[in-house]
Order: sequence, then structure tokens, then C-alpha cells
Amino acid sequence: MRVSEENIYNWLSTVSDPEVPVLTILDLGIVRTVEVHNDDEVTITITPTYSGCPAMDLIAMNIRMALMSRGIKKVNIENRLSPAWTTDWMTEEGKKKLKEYGIAPPIRKTTDSIGLFEEDKVPCPRCGSEDTTLTSQFGATSCKALYRCNSCLEPFEHFKCH
Amino acid sequence: MNVSTNQLLHYTLQIADNALINGHRLSEWCGHGPVLEQDIALSNIALDHLGQARSLYQYAADQFNSFDTEQKLGLFASPALEQKIQAGELLDEDDLAYLRDGWDFRNVLLVEQPNNDWAYTVARSFFFDTYNFFFFSALQQSKDETLAAIAAKSLKEVSYHLKWSSEWIIRLGDGTEESKMRIQKAINDYWMFTGELTTANETDRSMNESGVGVDLNAIAHNWKERVTAVFREATLTMPAETWMQEGGKKGVHTEYLGYILAEMQFMQRAYPNMEW
Repeated sequence: MRVSEENIYNWLSTVSDPEVPVLTILDLGIVRTVEVHNDDEVTITITPTYSGCPAMDLIAMNIRMALMSRGIKKVNIENRLSPAWTTDWMTEEGKKKLKEYGIAPPIRKTTDSIGLFEEDKVPCPRCGSEDTTLTSQFGATSCKALYRCNSCLEPFEHFKCH
Repeated sequence: MNVSTNQLLHYTLQIADNALINGHRLSEWCGHGPVLEQDIALSNIALDHLGQARSLYQYAADQFNSFDTEQKLGLFASPALEQKIQAGELLDEDDLAYLRDGWDFRNVLLVEQPNNDWAYTVARSFFFDTYNFFFFSALQQSKDETLAAIAAKSLKEVSYHLKWSSEWIIRLGDGTEESKMRIQKAINDYWMFTGELTTANETDRSMNESGVGVDLNAIAHNWKERVTAVFREATLTMPAETWMQEGGKKGVHTEYLGYILAEMQFMQRAYPNMEW
């Protein structure tokens, strides 16, 4: 069998983010390049999300497992720091899945930056109300902030524009 | 021996040590925060610093491993590390974090100061975050590609940190009589450790001249301006000019660093090369 780049991308689409399992690593935009050297060897270049994200080591291991189980004997994983990962690389499909999962997706491009003391107006993923309050810039994982909806009164998480 | 390659290694370690020690200090709040959200916030911030430290130590280890044998000797004054080097072993990020003794650490004195209470932790964080914000902003332009990449990535995280600590300065300063008194006291007590942040040592000077490092005079100016603006908003008083303590960037530390290292390095020293 000839292994194509498309095969590799299909297999990578089965690897999910261990912290936010509804997203695949392709939805997150952390896979930068895929190089197929021959049927036995590929190199995947990934860009880490947050510097201290504990999920990154697990993601690298899961990529290795996903490809090895399909017969790729040698999986090289390279880390690329620059350009730094941004939520602008998240797919529209990924944002949709996040919202259905109950996490408010990033709402703007990071190139449209806001002031240091300004806050994003994030609509509630459950009832859609725009009357929400930021409770903390930091949540259960590095990538999320905590909000509360003032209409349906439910707390919710927001995947920060980063 | 090539002086400038040595200086790049020292420069990288200096930035890494600030991140590691500050991150370790903040991690001490984990499980002890005043409310759940703030406990989580500090753990997140600590983790960001630890992540930045890892990238920097990995880069420092890569630099070191590319040196020739003669160049590798005598760079550190830590017996456990020196033993490994003399045995011809390659170094990794963990060796640099766990096998160096206090005098080989180049972090500023500020970040090793104790958490004390919430006000002291907020004051220390605010001073360091403000510095870090302007430092990484400038370091993004470094001629050294890896440092520039780490800086660009770190800056995004540091922006959250600065926002968090600035808001707490304002909340405590413009809060109750008690909170104002306590944050003002913390600011006054830690003020003497702020000068070292922007006082250049030989490494800073040579790296700035070669376009790899940043100009600390420019950072000092921005730092003062930002701190003044936030203090005004917080109705706090700028401390009077005073003698500034220095030493960390030369490896001369306060007694607090020893206790941090004793706790942090214990496992690696007691059970060398252990992994988990």
C-alpha cells in the first residue's frame, strides 16, 4: 500500500485533544506539516498551544500510537515554536463542535486585539444571551476562561482568543 | 573559548531561572488559594512559567551539548552537574533545573522572595509581570531565532499574568482600609528588589550589543511608567527612592533560594536520574 499525505491527515483526525476531547488536533490547528518520507516513515511538525500545557506530551504520544497502529514504523514528531500557535488556526468545524459541547468558542481573530483591560463579550453557548460576566481569566485548563450567564444563570467556559 | 556563545548560554539560563523560580513560588499557592478561582488562576500562571522555563532550559541544553569538550568544563560550580559533564554525558532540561546549586542560579532576588500573604504575592507578581511583559515584547525582535520564538509565545501568556496582577493591585489598593494598608506595606517591602530587574550585568550588556538581548534602560522606563499608572488607579503611593538590593544575577542569593531548591531538587539528588 502507498501511504499518502491524505491518509496521514485522515489518521491524525482520529487523535483528539485529551483535555477537550470533542476537538481533534486538526480542529485545534496544531499540526503544521506532514511529510511522508516513504511507507515506513513520516515526520509530523506540531506547534504547542500554551508553553506549559500538560496535554502536549500526551498528544505527541497519541499521534505516535495512531500512526504506528496503521503500520508506520518510524514516526518523527518535531516541535515548531514559531510562529506561535493562535486560536485563529482553529477550524470553523472545531468552533461549532466546541459550542455544541457547551464551551464558548473564540469569538474574534487575535489580529483584532483588544486593550489590556478590555474584556471580550462572549455569548452564552447554552441560551445565546450576550449578557454574560467574566468570573476568571483562568479556568480548568490554560486555554479556557470562566464566565457566568446573567440570563440563564449557568456558568460556562470560554476558549480564550489567544 | 568563545565568549559570545558562553554569554548566550548564560543569558538563556538567566531568563529560564526567573521563570522557574517564579513559577515554583506561585505553585506553592496550589490548594491554598483564598477562593477556588484564584487558586486555579495561580496554578495556571505557575504552569505557564514552568512551560517557558522548559523551552528555555531545552534550548540552553542544546547550546551546551554543541560545545566542544574543553568549552564545557568550568562553566558551572555545581559538583553534581560537573560530575555528569566530566563523564561526557549530554545535558537535558532536567539536569539544568535539578543539578545546579544556588550560586549557579541567575534569577533576580525578587522572584525568590516568599509569598507571605496575598498582598505580598500580588505585589511581587505585579512587579515581575510588568517587567516580563516589556522584556518579552522587546525580545521578540532578538537576532536569535529561538529566543525570539520563545518570547513571542511567552508574551501572549504574560499578557494574561499582567492583567491579573494589575487588577489585584487596583482591587486591594482601592479597596478597604485594611486591604490598602496591606498592599501598600507589601509594595514598600518588596520595592528594594525591583531595581535589579533592569540593572544590566555583563551578560545583559554583551547580548544587547550583539542584538540578541534587550536594552534594559528602555525596559526600566516602560516599567516605571506602567507601575506609576497602575498605582495611581489603585490610589497607592509610589515608594520613595531607596537602596536597591542586587545579587541574584551574579549568583549571590537571599537565604530563601536555598529552601526552594532543597524542596524542588530533593528527589533528583536523593535518587539520581529517577523518572516518573
